[in-house]
Amino acid sequence: MIETLIFLIFAGLALASALVVVLHRNAVYSTMSLVVTLISLAVLFVLLGAPFIAALQVLIYTGAIVVLFLFVVMLLNVGREEIGEQRGLVQKGAAVLGAAVLLVVVGLTYMEGYGGAELAPLDEELVSLPGLAAELFGRYLLTFELVGLLLLVAVIAATVLAARPRPAVPAEGDVLAEAPEGREPGADDGGLAEPAGTPGGAV
Amino acid sequence: MLFDLGATAVKLGIFLGVLLGAIAPIMVWVERRGSALIQDRPGPNRLGPWGLLQPAADAIKFFFKEDVTPSAADRPLYLAAPVLAVLPALTTFVFIPFGPTVEVAGRAVPLVVSDASAGVLLFLAIASLGVYSLVLAGYASNNKYSLIGGLRASAQLISYELAMTLAVVAVLIPVGSFRLTEVVAYQQELWTPYGTWNVVPQLLGFLIFMVAAFAETNRLPFDLPEAESELVAGFHTEYSAMRFAAFFMSEYIAMATLSALAATLFFGGWSFFGLVEGAAGVVAGWFGPFWLWMGLFGLGTLLFKTVCFLGLFVWVRWTFPRFRYDQLMRLGWKVLLPLALVHVIVVAAATLAGWL
Repeated sequence: MIETLIFLIFAGLALASALVVVLHRNAVYSTMSLVVTLISLAVLFVLLGAPFIAALQVLIYTGAIVVLFLFVVMLLNVGREEIGEQRGLVQKGAAVLGAAVLLVVVGLTYMEGYGGAELAPLDEELVSLPGLAAELFGRYLLTFELVGLLLLVAVIAATVLAARPRPAVPAEGDVLAEAPEGREPGADDGGLAEPAGTPGGAV
Repeated sequence: MLFDLGATAVKLGIFLGVLLGAIAPIMVWVERRGSALIQDRPGPNRLGPWGLLQPAADAIKFFFKEDVTPSAADRPLYLAAPVLAVLPALTTFVFIPFGPTVEVAGRAVPLVVSDASAGVLLFLAIASLGVYSLVLAGYASNNKYSLIGGLRASAQLISYELAMTLAVVAVLIPVGSFRLTEVVAYQQELWTPYGTWNVVPQLLGFLIFMVAAFAETNRLPFDLPEAESELVAGFHTEYSAMRFAAFFMSEYIAMATLSALAATLFFGGWSFFGLVEGAAGVVAGWFGPFWLWMGLFGLGTLLFKTVCFLGLFVWVRWTFPRFRYDQLMRLGWKVLLPLALVHVIVVAAATLAGWL
């Protein structure tokens, strides 16, 4: 009874906030709605008996990745800009197509796999820490390593893009001083002198 | 069912009372008097003995200050940010155990609010949500100093979360569980009959954890998000009255929870080489039930260790100068993270060899 209630509340919250993510015009609000969506999903994971996955979901996605989203949104200061009607027909079409494909896949899985039968409860052993570790580093070791490799490639690509020699005047993103090596040696002013010298640059 | 709910409510009440009623105000006093001691001046000494009532005066002042919202602020986010600061800081305390499982009226009651199987991970997960309050406060204030403070906070907290999580992982490897109760139990049996604190085999991990904890709570020498010499007051520049007090208190509560976590992971938590259980047994022999004394003494020991760490926070704040932002990033990514990785590998190897 209580579990059903919690499920309904957080499933509804997840759907509603997911809609806000897509529909809201302010990118900061969209990002914060994404946080609500991910936390609601984490609650659903706990309900399924997988607190470990729920904790990872919050720790990695909510606590780190979406913070980076927010960071980028704020750094580019797109938050206050109205995202206008310039979204192309292609984009809308792609979105509708993607949703349709997802719907068909989920529907097919439901019809063929389980067809109305009672779903078996989640295997506690499987989603516990030792169970997950055994699966990840046993049966799915190759997949696991390949995903790691993919992430590594992405990191290297990002570093290469970011480390390109820049034109003389550093951009306002230098508040972060992410690449102190990129400067000439002996520049001891850190990243702190530049933002002060560019009034009104940030807001 | 009803009994469990009641027990949980009592335990929650204890923690909330201790955090809001004792730790936060006392820390304000310790910070002000401590800074005065270190800077060789009297500090607030007029209200009550040794100025002990100063926090109450501060609180009353905050209540009566005008609550200003900038006209250009993003109002919903501006109002939500202080709330988001306090919530994670208060919530994480539920995973800290303050005693073993005791028997109350024939039922087993663990002296921890939530002994979730993913305990430490949930602690870190909820603690990591605190960054949103800083970022949103910076964004919603519509002030360039606030915005830069918020940006700095997000980059800094993500950078140091990695090293901190790895230091915690190293503690968990020999324990083989995410439950903080089992981390304490492990330290009670390590090496000697009376146990050994984790800080002995994992000194490096403890140092990494503490440095990261300073960065995570925005304390000097890592208080770049609110560096007053550059950013006025950083992300909370535009906040006044109780909204400012909410940020202020959440910083102290976050310090207290991280101190309690450090005490639990590295310094035996509520236990003290078997002395706590022994003392509770002796006193219970005179009068009162064992579980009551166990809980009181366990909580007292945990609080004592927490307060020691809080004192360290104050001491460091008034002793070290602030880092530069690029130095901060370099320390996080190029020193702490590789050190933490090496530490995890060494601990894993030692565990395999059966030393831990």
